[in-house]
Amino acid sequence: MMKQKYLFSIALVGLTTLFSTMTFAEEHVVAQHSKSFQIDGKKIETMTVKIGDVIRFKNEDPFFHNIFSLSDLKTFDLGSFPKGQSKTVTFDKAGMAEVECAIHPEMYMEVSVQ
Amino acid sequence: MYRKLLPNNFGQKILLATCLCLIGTSALAADLSHYLRPVEIPQPDNNRITPQRVELGKMLFFDPRLSGSNWISCATCHNPGLGWSDALPTAIGHGQKILHRSTPTILNTAYQPLQLWDGRARSLEKQALGPIEDAGEMAQSIHKSVDKSGNLIDELKALKGYRDTFEAAYPGEGITKKTIAKALSSFQRTIVSSDAAFDRWIKGDKKAMSKSALRGFKLFEGKANCVKCHSNFNFTDNGFHNIGLEDATDAGRYAIRKVNILIGAFKTPTLRDIALTAPYMHNGAYATLEEVVEHYNLGGISKANLSPNIKKLNLSKKEKADLVIFMKSLTGKPIPVIYPMLPVE
Repeated sequence: MMKQKYLFSIALVGLTTLFSTMTFAEEHVVAQHSKSFQIDGKKIETMTVKIGDVIRFKNEDPFFHNIFSLSDLKTFDLGSFPKGQSKTVTFDKAGMAEVECAIHPEMYMEVSVQ
Repeated sequence: MYRKLLPNNFGQKILLATCLCLIGTSALAADLSHYLRPVEIPQPDNNRITPQRVELGKMLFFDPRLSGSNWISCATCHNPGLGWSDALPTAIGHGQKILHRSTPTILNTAYQPLQLWDGRARSLEKQALGPIEDAGEMAQSIHKSVDKSGNLIDELKALKGYRDTFEAAYPGEGITKKTIAKALSSFQRTIVSSDAAFDRWIKGDKKAMSKSALRGFKLFEGKANCVKCHSNFNFTDNGFHNIGLEDATDAGRYAIRKVNILIGAFKTPTLRDIALTAPYMHNGAYATLEEVVEHYNLGGISKANLSPNIKKLNLSKKEKADLVIFMKSLTGKPIPVIYPMLPVE
């Protein structure tokens, strides 16, 4: 009985330590608005995320947008999607990714993954 | 000259507000301020427009000695009398060679962040020397003599008239690739559209647009969906779209950015002075605006990689005519251009 209690305490301490040091992946929402990338209504050209974080690109313009990157860090093409729809990208390695809209090249941002 | 081209945007906004009050009950009484002319012509800090730079750029623009044959100037294709284009389906270059894309007008090109049909030049300065050096276009060597015809910089340096004009425009910078590109860009930034009937209407002249043109504008913003790409003052989103032309041979923007939706996509051209710049489309496929409207009415011809903005419109004959009348209301009175005297010694 004493042995079981002892093992249970060790497991509890281990799990507490694990959760306290773990960082959970976050989801960041970036709006595509007025042909720019925006967070909370403000235009952004750079943003920093942690390894494993997800960016959700949400089209708020009344026309189609695209999201792509041809960066060494991550290459992707999310196609084109209309107002109200969103697409996600997971950044799973450290480095810098250039993200653009192929349809509207003035929409450009850099994502620093740390 | 360029100062006259800079409008008083504040005054325009006051007038627009008055206009919108007057038509407050109309279906068109939305915020139309995005159609107003920008306050300033966009220009980089390292090449601000000055009269001396514009004068030099104009001389270079009209000088056929910029080409390898000494026979083709920028104005040969970008002819001010033809809406700063050439009225040809596709351009004709060095040795009378027919090229595969149409000559885009340079009107309002200052407002476009990317230059050329495929947007491969990120500024006017980066675009300016491309056609001069291109073997198919002007076939000129800029700073190295590859044959007995010499090179452009040596030819310009040999003329006192050019030496003096370069010095006045770019003191101490000399005659270089950079100053040639900067001067040509400065001149092109002054080629801006004059006020058209649409602008006068926006600013409060209720009689400036006919009823047909107003119906066309409503269609342009609504049922016909044109505004999805032809937006704002310059009637372009500066974006790239495959509009369903039958042209399987030209990859368009995809050659610059390997993203699938860009296969066969080209930059949205301005609609300013559109009545002066036929034929239309990147390959000059259509001779008239009526043909252009019919293309979009059908939802494009080729469906391969077609932009999702393009769908069948089911426009009536009258609606198509109204759209054409509206587009013609975007053409202003041409600004007279005086051909410059070119240095001969």
